[in-house]
Formats: sequence, C-alpha cells, structure tokens
Amino acid sequence: MDILTNLGIGFEIALSPFTLMLAIIGCFLGTIIGALPGLGPSNGVAILIPLTFTIGLDATSALVLMTAVYYGAMYGGRISSILLNIPGDEPALMTTLDGYPMAKQGRAGDALVLSGVASFVGAFLATIGLMLLAPTLARVAFLFGPAEYFALYLLAFCTLGGMASNNQAKSAIASCIGLGIAMIGVDNSSGLPRLTGGNLHLMDGVDFLVAIVGLFAIAEVFFFIESHGKGSSIGVKLDKVTIPWRDIMSTKWTMLRASGLGFFAGILPGAGASLGSFLAYMSEKSIAGEDGGFGTGVPKGIAAPEAGNNAAAGGALVPMLTLGVPGSGTTAVLLALLMTLNITPGPTLFTERPEVVWGLIASLLIANFVLLLMNVPMVKIFVRVLQVPAWILLPGVTMISFVGIFSLSGSHFDLILMVGFGVLGYFLRKLDVPTVPVILGILLGGNMEDALRRAMVLSDGDFIFLFSSPIALGLWIAAILGFVAPMFLRGVLKKPQAITD
Amino acid sequence: MKFNCMKGLAAGALMTVAFATTATAAECIAPANPGGGWDFTCRQIGKIMFDIGAVDKPIQVTNMAGAGGGLAFNHVVTERNDDADLIVAASSATSTRLAQNAYAGMTAGQVRFVGAIGADPGVIVVAANSPFKSLNDLVDAIKADPGSVAFAGGSAVGGFDHLKPLMVLQRAGFTDITKVKYIGVDGGADAITQTVGGFTQAMTGDMSEIVGFLKSGDVRALAVLTEERVPGFDDIPTAKEQGLDVVAVNWRGLYVPRGVSDDTFNSWADKLQKVADSAEWKEAMAANGLAPFTKVGADFQSYVDSLVVEVNQLSKDIGVIQ
Repeated sequence: MDILTNLGIGFEIALSPFTLMLAIIGCFLGTIIGALPGLGPSNGVAILIPLTFTIGLDATSALVLMTAVYYGAMYGGRISSILLNIPGDEPALMTTLDGYPMAKQGRAGDALVLSGVASFVGAFLATIGLMLLAPTLARVAFLFGPAEYFALYLLAFCTLGGMASNNQAKSAIASCIGLGIAMIGVDNSSGLPRLTGGNLHLMDGVDFLVAIVGLFAIAEVFFFIESHGKGSSIGVKLDKVTIPWRDIMSTKWTMLRASGLGFFAGILPGAGASLGSFLAYMSEKSIAGEDGGFGTGVPKGIAAPEAGNNAAAGGALVPMLTLGVPGSGTTAVLLALLMTLNITPGPTLFTERPEVVWGLIASLLIANFVLLLMNVPMVKIFVRVLQVPAWILLPGVTMISFVGIFSLSGSHFDLILMVGFGVLGYFLRKLDVPTVPVILGILLGGNMEDALRRAMVLSDGDFIFLFSSPIALGLWIAAILGFVAPMFLRGVLKKPQAITD
Repeated sequence: MKFNCMKGLAAGALMTVAFATTATAAECIAPANPGGGWDFTCRQIGKIMFDIGAVDKPIQVTNMAGAGGGLAFNHVVTERNDDADLIVAASSATSTRLAQNAYAGMTAGQVRFVGAIGADPGVIVVAANSPFKSLNDLVDAIKADPGSVAFAGGSAVGGFDHLKPLMVLQRAGFTDITKVKYIGVDGGADAITQTVGGFTQAMTGDMSEIVGFLKSGDVRALAVLTEERVPGFDDIPTAKEQGLDVVAVNWRGLYVPRGVSDDTFNSWADKLQKVADSAEWKEAMAANGLAPFTKVGADFQSYVDSLVVEVNQLSKDIGVIQ
C-alpha cells in the first residue's frame, strides 16, 4: 500500500497544470531531438540543462522536463532509423535493420506505429519496474564485477556473427574494425595513450556519435552525390497511417521478452540502452530461427529493439537514482542535473526526497501516454519534417549533423573525423561490408576491454577468475551457445537465403 | 586559396561571435562532459555569482571534454590567452595531470590559478562487513601481502584517487608501492559498488562520492585525508590521528588565461571570495560533501605551484612518470 500512497503524492505533483505542460513540452522536444541524426538523448538533455536554470525551475519540475526529453528522445530515435536508414541516436541502431526494409516495402506507416507501440510497452513496463523494484534491484549492481561484465559483453559479441550481413566473414571484419577504433585513446589501466599519434583530440578516443553520424549520414551524402541526386535510398513514401493490429498482436510476446531483457541491461551500470536493444534483437532473432526472416523487414525485428531500448532507458534510471551510478550516457547527464540541484542520488534518495522520486515516476508514466499519443496518431507531423525531397533533406541532415557533432566538444577536429568516417562508410558499403558491427565494436569494445583488464589486475593474470562466479559461468555458456548454435542450425535447416537488394 | 578565404571568413565570424559574447556574458569552461566535478564547479559557481550579483549576466557554461582537461587547457593557452571574460573549472586532477606532464608538454605556468573555494576531502572506505576496522588494519594487511588488497577508484591509473592510498602506504614505510593493486572504474559510485560487491577490498575517492552510502550503512570510512575531522562527519577519524600524516583533498577552483591583466585576475579573485562567503555556496557545499577550503589570488597560485612539485616527485617515486 505504501507504493500507492507514494504514487498518490507523485501524481499530485505531476498532475499540476504547470508540471503537465513541462512534460508535454519535454516529450515534443525530445522526440524531435531523437529523430534528428547526430543529436542523441545525451547531448539533447545536456543542451537543454541551461534552459531549466534560465527559467528558474525547481528541482522536481526540472527533473520532469529533462526526463520527458530523455524518454521522448528514446521514442524519436526510431523515426529516422525507419524512414532514412540513419539511426537518430545510438540505441536506435538496431531498428534500422528491419525498420528500413519494412518501410521500403511501402509499410513505413505500419513500421512507425508498431515501433511506437513497442516503445510504449517497453518504457511503460520499465517505469512500473522502476517503481516496484528500484531499491531491491539496485543490489543487482553489486553482483556484477569485472568478470561478469566481461562475460556479458562477450555474449553480445558472440551473437554478433550472423547479423546485418549474409557473409559472416564480412561481419567479423567489420566488428574487428570497430574494436580497433575502440582501442584509440588513453588506456584506463595504464594511463598511457594508444594510437593517438600524440594528438590531444584523440586522448578520449572516438565518440560513438561521431562514428554513427559519419558512417550513416555522411556516407549517405556521398552516395547521393555519386548518383547525381537520384539513386539515394532516402525518401520513403508514407501515405496513410493506420494501426496494424495484426502485427501488434503477433509481436506481443516479443515486446514483453524484449522489455524484460532491456530493463535488465539498463540496470547494469554502464551497459545502457544500446546493449538493451542489441540483446533484445539478437535473442528474438535466435528464437525465431533462420526462417524468422530477421533483417528483411519483419514486425518482430522492429518491436524487439524498440521495446528493448525504451525499457533499458527506464532501467538505467534505477542505478542512477539508487546508487548514483549512471546506467547510460544520458543518465550521466541527468545525474549532473541532480547534483546541480543539490540532490545527491544514492541509497537514501528514496527515503529522504520522496517528492522528487515519486513526482518523477508519476511524470514518467504521464510522459509515456503523451508520447504514445504523439507517436501514433500524430506521427505524421514528425514524418513531414523528414519527408521533404532528398535534395533539401540531405543537406539539412548534414548541417544538423555538423552542428550536433560540434556541440559535443566544440572542436572542429570531430567534424573532420566525422567526414573521415563518412568516407570509411562509403567504401565499406561499396564492398558490401555491414557498418552496424563497426559501431557496436566502437560502442562496446572499450567497456569489454576495461572489464577484462580489471579482472586481470584483480586476479594477477589468472584466467580462471573469468569463470569464478555462477553468473559469469552462465553468461559464458550462453555466449558459446549463441556462437556455435547457428552454425549447426544452418546445417540442419538449410534454407535458401532471403534475397535482399 | 579558396580554402584560405573560407578560413578567413570563418575566423572573422568567430571573432564577431567572441566580441558579441564579451559584451554580454562571461563564459565558464567545464573541461569535461556534464556530470563530473568540473561541470558542477562551473554551474554552481556561475549560478551563485549571478544570484548574488557579482556578475550582471548569467555565466554561460561550455563543456569542452577531452584529454582529461587537456583539450580545454590547450584551447585556453593557444586561442584565448587574453580573454578577460573566461574562467575555467579546475581541481586537484588538473594539477596532478600538469605535474605528470599529461597535457602534452604544457605547464601550470601557462595559466593563472585564481582560487579554490571548497575541497572534497579524500577518503578511504571499505564495505560495512569488511574485517578492516582501522586504516592501520588495512595498511598491515598490505604490508603482509600486497596482493591481498585491491583498491577501486574513480580515476585512471596514476590519477589522484590512485595516489591517495599510495601516499598513505609510503608514510607507513611501505616502499614496494608498485605491487599495490588498483582498478580505475567510471566514477566513485561505481568504485563503491565494486567494493560493496566484494570484487575489491577498499575504495579510494572523495567524501562527496560516499555520502549516500555512508548514510545507508553500506560502507565504513576508515580515514579522511584532511588536517582535522570534517564538520558533519565527526565520527570519521583522520589519517593523521591514526599516525599516517597524509593530507589529500580534491579542491574545486578556477583558472584564467595567462595573458589577462592583474586587475582582471584580482576582480575574479574577489568574485570568487564573494561566492565563498555566500550562504548559497555553504548550502551547496553541505549538500555535496565539500569541506570549506578557501584560498584565492596569489596565495592560491603559490599553493598550486607547490602541489605540482610534490605530485611530480611522488609520481616519479611510484613510476607513473620517468
């Protein structure tokens, strides 16, 4: 009953007209920020923080506005993934795999609505999870040491093999390129710079956003130029938006499973939404098997990553609020906001500042419904932005990409790097090497290496340490199965490969 | 040629922007992404300076992450050397890295340190169920078997969090400090979860990072690395009173470009002093586990200079630098 009383207090705060207005504004801004390539949730929230001080918001209002932007961006990221094949932010990467093919088949509207519903399911369940279980679930973080994290990332990489390409070797090469890029920067375990060529700008390594925008958006511009403005894949038709009830019903279990998995990935500090959507997609793919048609534009391939990444967004709030450990890049920014507002997140936050926590949870629930309304019936408004002819849209996207990337560090170096990634993306696509594994390598490679190095320091280089706990062992078994099983399954269930263009 | 023209145009545009901003508001560069101590320094000091009327316009905060503050330092030295409306957040991490030559050859003398108005006391903590009851228990265990205790901290190897336990051990007469295990994780809270989870035996960090966990009873602080006990945390003994005279605080302060006039330097020092005296700042310090530590102007500059010399020597001793 405690929870209901607390939630009552929360809704009292959240349902005041002013707070409600903030939530709606936040959702709208967030969706746009998420939809624009290059502007992800983390820099979106960071850019808007000064705004909350300028208008003099109190702690709860500021938090409501910023988390509405955060959730909004998680919804919005899918729009450009589906319509442009350019992920709006990191976690929306996996949505391009099935979302864009589906849009190309003329079902862009269905894809958008379905992913909107999946986002809602994921985010809603995660908020409920946050509400019911946050203090208990926070203890999960204590069970994950370096060995367990290493096994978790290994699981992600082992299931990477057959993704996004019909050629396993090309996928493997692509992930190696990504891992290689992840090596750049100061090595955390020795403090020495690696592969930086003495350049200060490379000390912190390569930002994922720079890589994503370069490999997807800038590479797209090169293809556009090459084809003299005709051959670009951008510009999917979207006629009318109806609700694809059949697809929604057929993916309900997918959404539930993906939400659970995503929420769990979100709780683990540092893993975050990208890992959530990735694990959700891969597990659904393996459940569906070879004839599931993942990668060709199937509803499950859209529902899984979207439910997964939105659930992870909610899950990431658990360690942030209860431990002060951000579960993702964006929650790190939210943490900064809390600190500036003189709220120190940690184990005592729930008891010391209940109005902040429950006000936040109540507004997350409200924001979710607002976002569902904005993203299903009103999705056309956002789509119109992206529907202008390619020769206007692409330069626009490019300009926004440049501004977005410049806002990351305020240095022109990142812009040059981004163009470099564009060139890399162009050649990779010419060679039919998938770019998604490259990004995942950059995204997860550093964390995976850190985990391994820490494990080795703690155990004096004894590899047995990596298998020393039941959790680690379980993850290892899952990883090996995930790697080996497809090879055998392919032999048993020899099916003609789906023809993709 | 065309490229040069463009460059000229861009520079012109930038300068216009720069002039426009000097006329309106001062800028505070936080040399890290939002979320860390530097960001907090800029935002909190900037906000209070405006609230108490020390500046006319709100101070604009720019995040310039990169190279552990090196990118911002380089930017200030090479591009903004006489910008009177620029302040930059700094902390012990800044002086540590300068002392370890981690900013690609740049030195502390290339900027002017205005002042520090608060410090995060260094702490060494263990999980609540740890067998170590005092700092000496921990030190004795390491002396007996250096491999038996691993520290977790929020800074990379060779960073300030890593140096703290090494300074303690050095005072205790333990010289084989390269044998001490340390893992650098993403921030103090993460270091605590590793320690409470039993993956490491002790955590080294700042007071602000452990406040919540102290209250919830997850951790026990073995020592605080200050001259005297910290107000509000009176039950935590100092290392000094346990016979290990180490003082290591993470001060929060500002630097300005080298090329500004003495008047500008003194005016920023005055403003900083006003913030230090304000009730708002005292409140912010209390909420974030900061202890009073006010040094402004020339006094602070000489403090930083001596700190750089000390850390440089220590880093050589432990082999972090040659």
